[in-house]
Formats: sequence, structure tokens, C-alpha cells
Amino acid sequence: MSSTLESKLNPADAVIDEICLAGDPWAKVVKKGQTLRIVDIEGNQAVDTIFYSAADVAEHYSLTRTIQAQGALYLTMGSVLMSSEGRPMMTITADTCGRHDTLGGACACESNTVRYAIEKRYMHSCRDSFMLALSHSDDAGSDIPRLTKRDVVSNINFFMNVPVTPEGRLTFEDGISAPGKYVEMRAEMDVVMLVSNCPQLNNPCNGYNPTPVRFLVWDPV
Amino acid sequence: MPTCFDTLTPLARAAVPDHATAFSTALVLWEDTLPGGAHWSGLLRRGTTLRLTDLEGRANVSALFFNQEEKTERYNMPDTLKAQHTAHLTRGHALYSDMGRVLCSIPDDSCGWHDTVCGVMDAAATTQRFGEANYQQHRNAMHRNGLDGFLVELGKWGLDKRDVVANVNFFSKAVADEAGRLRFDTAHRAPGQHVDVRFEMNVLVVLSAAPHPLDPATTYAPTPVTLTAWRSGTAAADDVCRRHCAENDRGFINTERWFL
Repeated sequence: MSSTLESKLNPADAVIDEICLAGDPWAKVVKKGQTLRIVDIEGNQAVDTIFYSAADVAEHYSLTRTIQAQGALYLTMGSVLMSSEGRPMMTITADTCGRHDTLGGACACESNTVRYAIEKRYMHSCRDSFMLALSHSDDAGSDIPRLTKRDVVSNINFFMNVPVTPEGRLTFEDGISAPGKYVEMRAEMDVVMLVSNCPQLNNPCNGYNPTPVRFLVWDPV
Repeated sequence: MPTCFDTLTPLARAAVPDHATAFSTALVLWEDTLPGGAHWSGLLRRGTTLRLTDLEGRANVSALFFNQEEKTERYNMPDTLKAQHTAHLTRGHALYSDMGRVLCSIPDDSCGWHDTVCGVMDAAATTQRFGEANYQQHRNAMHRNGLDGFLVELGKWGLDKRDVVANVNFFSKAVADEAGRLRFDTAHRAPGQHVDVRFEMNVLVVLSAAPHPLDPATTYAPTPVTLTAWRSGTAAADDVCRRHCAENDRGFINTERWFL
């Protein structure tokens, strides 16, 4: 349930090649048939990601549908990311990391008060990045529909390792990603991709040092 | 010093009972039997506990929880699991909202494991697994599915498919191996098992008693569950959920501030 495969795609051919700085949000439309690559440039960076159907954003990535479809918890080579309507959204076609989390969710300043200290309320968090991005999602010139807090559903954490033990414990482990590791996936429908490049400083999910990530998109060959 | 229960002001601490209230029949407010496959929704107020009892030992009760006073605040599986370093729910656990508050908690549980990562089945999966059984031929013995049960009840409160998040599946256990592959534990359930869900806020509860998506049963035969609402009061200072971990101590402080 964990394997790796390198890609043959050439970054020089990409139609989108953008850097998302540490702690920033990022949103983009990826068209059916295009291939998306996310690069963990410096290593150990959690990339909190939600996919929506571009045709109807009420249809969104569903961790429970994805887990049901593959009968397993982790995302890896060949995993199909399923929508809330039971339709394939993305298929992982190349992966040099080998395992990605979909149980850990996104950090929020409210959950930080629970997990770390009431006084941590004012640190930057993924949910605040999501709220900022979706508040601007339908600004003039944007091709992304209006999204609201209700649309912030459970996300994928690319490059994050959150093993579940047979006894039912949830653990946060470091160290399966590394500088330059990437994951690549083919869009099975037109999707809106909403990202928070995680700013969490209170646990090792970003190696205590959030760093930039790179997004590349290729048209179908 | 970081904020914790012991550093709260005297007025804030006075809002918390000293000791837990044990169940007794004199405290029961109402009782109902949820037939297998059926769905229900309602308001459970702060200080009320809903006891779910699996009468025949094959029940699955899928559940969603919303803050009735601000329904965009809802049960959040990842925050619940992360705060308590668990991948399942049982006695001592709190069920967190996305706003860092405890919607409800589990002070008593004879079952030991409730799933919260596998979701619910939809109509297509239910037909594929069990075959077609429609209302026209089968009346109220028709096959019902967890997703449509949720959607029917959510619609009554102005909510819809955007509000179907990862839910709790009471009485169901799915175990992951090292590779993350899931196995449904059919030996886990037993007749008469119960779980107490104590509400720490005024909570819109949505229930669906349709089969669990990983239950390998090929015959559609969901079984009934007794719902017993009783006046428990809120989590006391010595409560098993509040004292479970430092994270829950803080979660209950966040929750109580909503009502102070």
C-alpha cells in the first residue's frame, strides 16, 4: 500500500509553474486530463489541499469516500481521490514520497488552543489561510466560484505521515518526505484546488520550519 | 501560567459541577426506539445525555453533530482525533467541533470502539451490496442507506450535502493494518451494549441506523437501537472526559466560555 514511481514529465513543458511561499494559500483550476505535480522543495512540508468540482463546488473531495473506495487509510501510487458524490476527482500517477495523509485535517487557531495552549490562539493557521483564500475566491477576474466556511471539508495533507496503529492510536511521525520529493496526479474532472501551505510551528509536521512548495501543471500529452 | 481548569476565575469554576451524575431511571427524560435503517434528527440540549443501546448486537448508528445556535460549527473528525491522539472513539473522549469546542463527550461506553473514519454508504453502494428493495414492493422494509438518511434529516434544518462531513459510526469497529488496509471487526458488537453521549452544547443531532460501509454482511438486516435521553448535567470537575488529557481540559474551557 506504499510504493513510489518517478514521472517522465519535463518541467520545461508545464503550462503552470508556480511557487507557493511558506504559510500562504493557493487556489487554481485544474482541467480534466491535466496532470498536477506538487513538489516538497525543501522537505517535510505539509500541503493541506481540498479539491472541488469546478462545475459545482458542493461536490468536494471526500476522505470517507476515498477510504471506502480503496479500503485503506493512506494515499499513495494509484490512489483515486473520490468526491462526495462517489466520482473520481484525481488519480495519483507518480509519487516519490510514497504515503500521504487524509485523516489529520488542517490546523486552525481554534484547534491550536486545544492542542497546545489557549494562548496559541493568535498564531497563523491553515484554516485562516483557507478563510482568506475563499473570501477572495470570487474576486473580480477570478475563475473560481464563491466558497464559504461550510465548504472547508476534511483535506489531504500531502507529504505528511500520520500512521494509525492496530490498537487505534493516531501518531504523528516525521521523516518520509525529503527535499525534492513530489506527488503527481491526473485530473479526472475539472477541479478547483484550494491549498494551505501549512504554517504550523507547534509540531513536527513541517519540521518546525515551514518552507515553500512548487506546483506544476501539464496539459494532456 | 498557561490557562487550565485550575487557573480559572472562581465564577468560571462555579459554573462546573463538582461531581459526575450517575445514570438512574429517575433521570430519564424520554425514550424511543430507532428501527434498523431508519433516520432521526433532533435537538439535545447542554446537560442532556443520549444513551444508545444496541438491542440485538448488529447495529450501526451513523451520527453528525452541529452547534444548533451556529450551524456552520460542526463535528470535526480530524480535530477530534488529533487532540486525543486516537483513531477511534470510546469512554473518556470528547467530540470536537471545528471551533475548538466540545459538542459532546463519551463518559460511559460498554462497547469500547466507535468508528469515525469510514463514512456512510450511498444508494448505489447499498443496492450493489444488498440488491434492490424499493418502497413500492417492500413498504417500510425497503432498503435505506446512510447518506440519504443524513440528507433527509439535514434538509429539515436548512442544511444539505455540503454539511455531510466525516461522521461517527457508533458500535462499529474497523481496524487498520500497518499498510493502512481496513478490516471490519464483526466480533466487536454484542446485544445490550450501550454508549452515553453527553451534550456539552445545544446540539443538532442527525442519526442514521443504516449498515456500515465496511460491514461484510450481504443480507440487509440492520437492527434497532434504543435512544434514552437523561438529565446528566454537564462534565463535572472530576469528569473522565475532562481529565482524559490536557487538551480536553482546554477544550472544555473553550466550550464553557460559549455559555458564561
